[in-house]
Amino acid sequence: MAESSRISWPKSEGVRRVPYGVFTDPAVYAREQQRLFGGRAWNYVALDAELPNPGDFKATFIADTPVIVCRNRAGELNAMVNRCAHRGALVCREPHGNRAALQCVYHQWTYDLKGNLTGVPFRKGLEGKGGYPAGFNPAEHSLRRLNLATYRSLVFASFSDEVEPIEEYLGDQIRPWIDRVFNRPVKILGYARQFIHANWKLYVENVKDPYHASLLHLFHATFNIYRANQGGGCLVDPKGRTSIIRAWRRSEQDDRDVEGVAPRTHQKGYQLTDPSILESRKEFKVELTNSINHIFPCVVVQQIQNTLATRHILPKGPDSFELLFTFFGYQDDDAEMDRLRLKHANFVGPAGYISMEDGYATELVQQAILRGEGDSSYVELGGDMEEEDENLNTEAAIRSFWKYYRCVMEI
Amino acid sequence: MGMDFRQARWLVEELLGAYADCIDNDRLEEWPDFFTESCVYKIIPWENVSRNLAVGWILCDTRGMLQDRVVAYRTANLYAPHRYRHLVGAVRIVSCADEVIEARANYLIVRTALDTVRYGTSEIYSAGEYQDRVVVEKGRAKFAEKIVVADTARVDTLLVTPI
Repeated sequence: MAESSRISWPKSEGVRRVPYGVFTDPAVYAREQQRLFGGRAWNYVALDAELPNPGDFKATFIADTPVIVCRNRAGELNAMVNRCAHRGALVCREPHGNRAALQCVYHQWTYDLKGNLTGVPFRKGLEGKGGYPAGFNPAEHSLRRLNLATYRSLVFASFSDEVEPIEEYLGDQIRPWIDRVFNRPVKILGYARQFIHANWKLYVENVKDPYHASLLHLFHATFNIYRANQGGGCLVDPKGRTSIIRAWRRSEQDDRDVEGVAPRTHQKGYQLTDPSILESRKEFKVELTNSINHIFPCVVVQQIQNTLATRHILPKGPDSFELLFTFFGYQDDDAEMDRLRLKHANFVGPAGYISMEDGYATELVQQAILRGEGDSSYVELGGDMEEEDENLNTEAAIRSFWKYYRCVMEI
Repeated sequence: MGMDFRQARWLVEELLGAYADCIDNDRLEEWPDFFTESCVYKIIPWENVSRNLAVGWILCDTRGMLQDRVVAYRTANLYAPHRYRHLVGAVRIVSCADEVIEARANYLIVRTALDTVRYGTSEIYSAGEYQDRVVVEKGRAKFAEKIVVADTARVDTLLVTPI
């Protein structure tokens, strides 16, 4: 990797160290566009429920590349690069909408909902003057199409023709957990956006890091409603692309104090004035209090109590990203479940009781590693194991991510 | 006591001024007292309102939940130290009947960083509209409902101090 010779992974420790340069180096970011996002990856772009009708479109991004997802008249989903084939202007300018056709405003080149060029103003010029040459073939000037795959309600796009089928990509270990959440048709409940001043991979590390849960997020400890010894664990697929961190209640054990927990988490004397926020309803065959499921590269499927959301990580340069929460429920939810999901949304998002700190923590890292390219982080918790670990004091999922990342990036 | 629009406007403007002063000067322990016991306080991005989507960033449906937010603010949640300056204006009294005032006002919040990296930097943090239902309780105007509709959908880092 000539253009970023500053990145050197410690040879003996491997992914138990992460050189800080990967979070700051513009050359690494540029390489990610091509090798990672533009390579054999299924990039999350939408939930199908965002595009229920023919003509519905969503204008989103795969890293730096603007992308359109839309439903054509036959009801099929399509993904294209959001860049006019003429002179490169953005075609869809709003984040969502409904159109009979996609038209670039610059010179009104018009495309159908599959991205085929269907209209070119003054194609033959005017009064015999100007216009395109006789050999002009609209079929050669379509929007650049991406491969598209859906898995249950999740919609993915890929620049690669060699990427494996989505089922295989998600992996046998993790797919059942995705099935658990996407077990029936969903409906969109709303969006929340955060702009975080940190590299996107710091957030990926965060969602693969159960260690911080009880130490950074003090909400439960403060109100005496959480113990570090609650049941939980993390599971990763052998390739390191997908992972899930799960937590569940372990009955009476939860109510006992644990030795060795940092004093900061032992804040006595507070109780929720209104504990109604803790009321939840069982809705899954396997009950979990928290389930944080990362799918490489940039989406997290989360369930925290009765709140369900995807978290789309949208890189915006080497040192910032947008975090887009898409909250959803099921189409057959009753009014009480609707109410619970809205109430539990207090736990996550930009003001989330147990999520607001995540973005902030990644910023604290970004602020401190500037000019620390020669240094690296220490990712040894839980030893060398890189697959399944039935406890929450492990960084195994983080290591598995870096293993796959290094393989894709060849660094 | 009947209330005319002029009285209603005066009441709401005083309430909004005191409310902003309470938050901007870090007296958050007093903040829940601006609300009735069975209040609704919600912060929701315009993005969701305009698409008829109900999820907000904060949804409190009792004053107790506001008190819990304050305890979490002081004790549990971690965030970069900062202060707010609310600019509240363009107050509109939508209706005023049976001791209930429906009012709208614009707000702009300038957030000034107090952390070591960005100390003293002020930025527009949030712009939007207050949609308030105000009642008089024991001689004091209070919010029975305060819906904050934020034009600023993309929250810079996080939201912890109330709007």
